[in-house]
Amino acid sequence: MSFLEINNLKVHFPIRGGFFNTIQDYVKAVDDVSIKIEEGRTYGLIGESGSGKTTVGKAIVGLEQPTGGEILYYGKRVNSKKLRKKMDYNKEVQMIFQDVLSSLDPKKRIRDIIAEPIRNYENLSKEEEIKKLLDLLNIVGMPPDALYKYPHEFSGGQRQRIGIARSVALSPKLIVADEPVSALDLSVQAQILNFLKQIQEEFSLSYLFISHDLGVVKHMCDYIYIMYRGRLVETGTTQDIFNNPQHIYTKKLIAAIPEIDVENRDTIRLNRMKVEKEYAKNEKIFYDKDGKVFDLLPISETHFVAVKSKEDLKNVENSVA
Amino acid sequence: MYEEKILEIKNLHTAFRFEDQYYDAVDGVSLSLYKNELLAIVGESGCGKSTIANSIVGLHDKNYTRVSGEIIYSDENVINYSEDQLNEIRGKEIGFIFQDPLASLNPLQRIGMQIEESLIYHTDLNKNQRWEKVISLLEQVGIDNPERTARQFPHQLSGGMRQRVLIAIALSCKPNIIIADEPTTALDVTIQAQILDLLSGLQKEINAGIILITHDLGVVAQMADRVAVMYAGEIVELATAKELFENPLHPYTRSLLQSIPQSDSPESELHVIRGMVPSLKNLPRTGCRFAPRIPYIDEAEHEENPVLHQVSENHFVRCTCWKNFRFED
Repeated sequence: MSFLEINNLKVHFPIRGGFFNTIQDYVKAVDDVSIKIEEGRTYGLIGESGSGKTTVGKAIVGLEQPTGGEILYYGKRVNSKKLRKKMDYNKEVQMIFQDVLSSLDPKKRIRDIIAEPIRNYENLSKEEEIKKLLDLLNIVGMPPDALYKYPHEFSGGQRQRIGIARSVALSPKLIVADEPVSALDLSVQAQILNFLKQIQEEFSLSYLFISHDLGVVKHMCDYIYIMYRGRLVETGTTQDIFNNPQHIYTKKLIAAIPEIDVENRDTIRLNRMKVEKEYAKNEKIFYDKDGKVFDLLPISETHFVAVKSKEDLKNVENSVA
Repeated sequence: MYEEKILEIKNLHTAFRFEDQYYDAVDGVSLSLYKNELLAIVGESGCGKSTIANSIVGLHDKNYTRVSGEIIYSDENVINYSEDQLNEIRGKEIGFIFQDPLASLNPLQRIGMQIEESLIYHTDLNKNQRWEKVISLLEQVGIDNPERTARQFPHQLSGGMRQRVLIAIALSCKPNIIIADEPTTALDVTIQAQILDLLSGLQKEINAGIILITHDLGVVAQMADRVAVMYAGEIVELATAKELFENPLHPYTRSLLQSIPQSDSPESELHVIRGMVPSLKNLPRTGCRFAPRIPYIDEAEHEENPVLHQVSENHFVRCTCWKNFRFED
C-alpha cells in the first residue's frame, strides 16, 4: 500500500510583464505529475536540467506551493502548511540536498545542525539529545568529536553524511534525495550509495531519488519515473525502463549513457545515431503539435508510456524492425 | 603504431605556494601526445589533472606557482616562454575548452565577436572573410542558425550551445592540440553524447591531438585512445583504453572501476576505497602514495621509490603493489 500519493501535481510559475506587470503566461514547471510511494522502496525521478524534477521534490516536502493537484498522505490532503502540521508530515518526509555546503548553516556547529529537527519535534533533555546525536553520528560513520566542529571543516563526502544524519534524525518514512551524489567523486559516491542502502534496511525508509545519472538510478531504484518538460514520459520498474524502453525520449537517454565497454564502442555510437534518427522521425507520435508530452497510457501493469495511442507505439516498433 | 609526437611533457612539476612553502600538485609527470590521438587524463578531484593542462599553456599565476620540467612543443621548451610568446601559440596552435562555458565567455560581447577575436590575433583575414569564417565555424559545430547565434549574447544560449561555441573558438585557428578540461561535466547525458561525437568528428577533420581531462570513466571508455590514470599528483597507470579497461593493473584503477554503479547485479554493494585522498599539504612524498588506502597489503609489496614499469608494449604501471593485489573481503 502506498502511504504517499501525489495526484496530478501542477506547479506553474507566472510570467509577469506588460504595462501593469500583469500575468502574461505561465511556465508549466510541473504539469500533471502523479507519483505513488510505498514503504521501504526506492523510486527514481530522472530528467534533464529544467525538466522540473527538483520542483516535484520541493513540492513534495512543501518547499514549493502546488498550483493544482493534491498530495495525499495516508489518504489525507497535505497541500497547505496547516494540514502538514496537523499530520506531522514534515517530520515524516525529509529532504537531502544536492549542494550540501549551502544547505548547512556555516555558523552553526554540527551539533546544532543535526539537533535542529529534533528540537523542533521532540522534547529531549540535554543528555538525551547528546546521546541521540552520538547515535546518529555513529550510524553515518562519523567520530563523536565531529559534534563540535563546523561544516567547513569536513570534506564533501562527510558533509553529505551530516546532511543524511540530519534527515534521518526523526526516523522519517520518506527521504527525497535531490542529486545526493552528483557533486562527489566516484569512490566517495560509492560510500554514500552503499550507506543509503544500509540505512534503508535499518529504518525501512523509502527514497525518492532525483537524479540525472542513469547509472546511479539503475543501481539504487526499484521503480523509475522519467520526466521531460514538466511531464512524465514513461514510468515503470527498473527492468521495464532499461530492458524495454518504449518512449523515444527514454530510448535516447539510455543510448546516451557512456558505457564502460571499449570493445563495442562503434556499435554503441551507431546505435546512438540510429536512436537519434528515430527520435527525429517519430516526434509526432510522442509529442503533440505544441511539443507537449501526451498523457500516460498503461502498456503493462507496472509500465506506463506517454503516447497518443497504443496503435502508434506498435507502428513505431514495426518501422524499426 | 602512432604518428608523429606533437607534445612531450618531461618530468613536469607544478607546485603551489602555501604559507611560503611550495607543494607539488603535479609531481614528476611525463606524457606524450601524438597526432590524431585522444589522450584522456582521469582521476578524482585534486589529483592534479587540470593543473597539467593549465601548466601546458601557462595559465598559472607565476607569483604563486612554480613550474619546472620540460614541455616540448615543436622542438621548443615552452615552459620558460614569456607571456607574449605564449600568446603566439595559445589559441592558434593549442586550443582550450573549459568546463564551465558561461564563465569562460564574456557576458557583454556577442558570440560572433568572441569567435572573431582569435582570428584577429592569429590570422590576416579581413573583416568580411573573418565574418564568413565565424559563420562557417558555427555551422561546423552544428548550430542551426549561425547568423542569428553570432549576434546573440552568451546568456541567450543553452548550456550545450555555449559549449559548442567554445569548441568553435578552440577550433577557429585549426590548432594542432586541443585541451578539453571536463568539457561535458555540466551537461545532460544526451547533450554530452552530442558534444563528444562532435569533438571526435572534428578531430578527424583537422588531425589534431586532443587531451581530454575528465573524471567520468564511461566517457573515457567511449572516447579515448590512450588513458593516463592519476592519483595524488602522479600517473599511476598509463595504457591504451582497450588494455586499461580489459586488464587494469594498478590497485587504484581497479578500485575505481569497482566503485562505478554498473548494476547488472543491483543487490551487490559498491566497492569503497578506504580512507581519503590526502590533501596537498599532507601528501606522502616518499613510497607508494596509494599504500595508505590499501593498508591490508603488506608493506614489502610496495616499492621504496615507485616508478612506472612497462608491463607490455603500451601499458605502464607505477609501483609493484599491483602484483599481489586483491580486494579486501
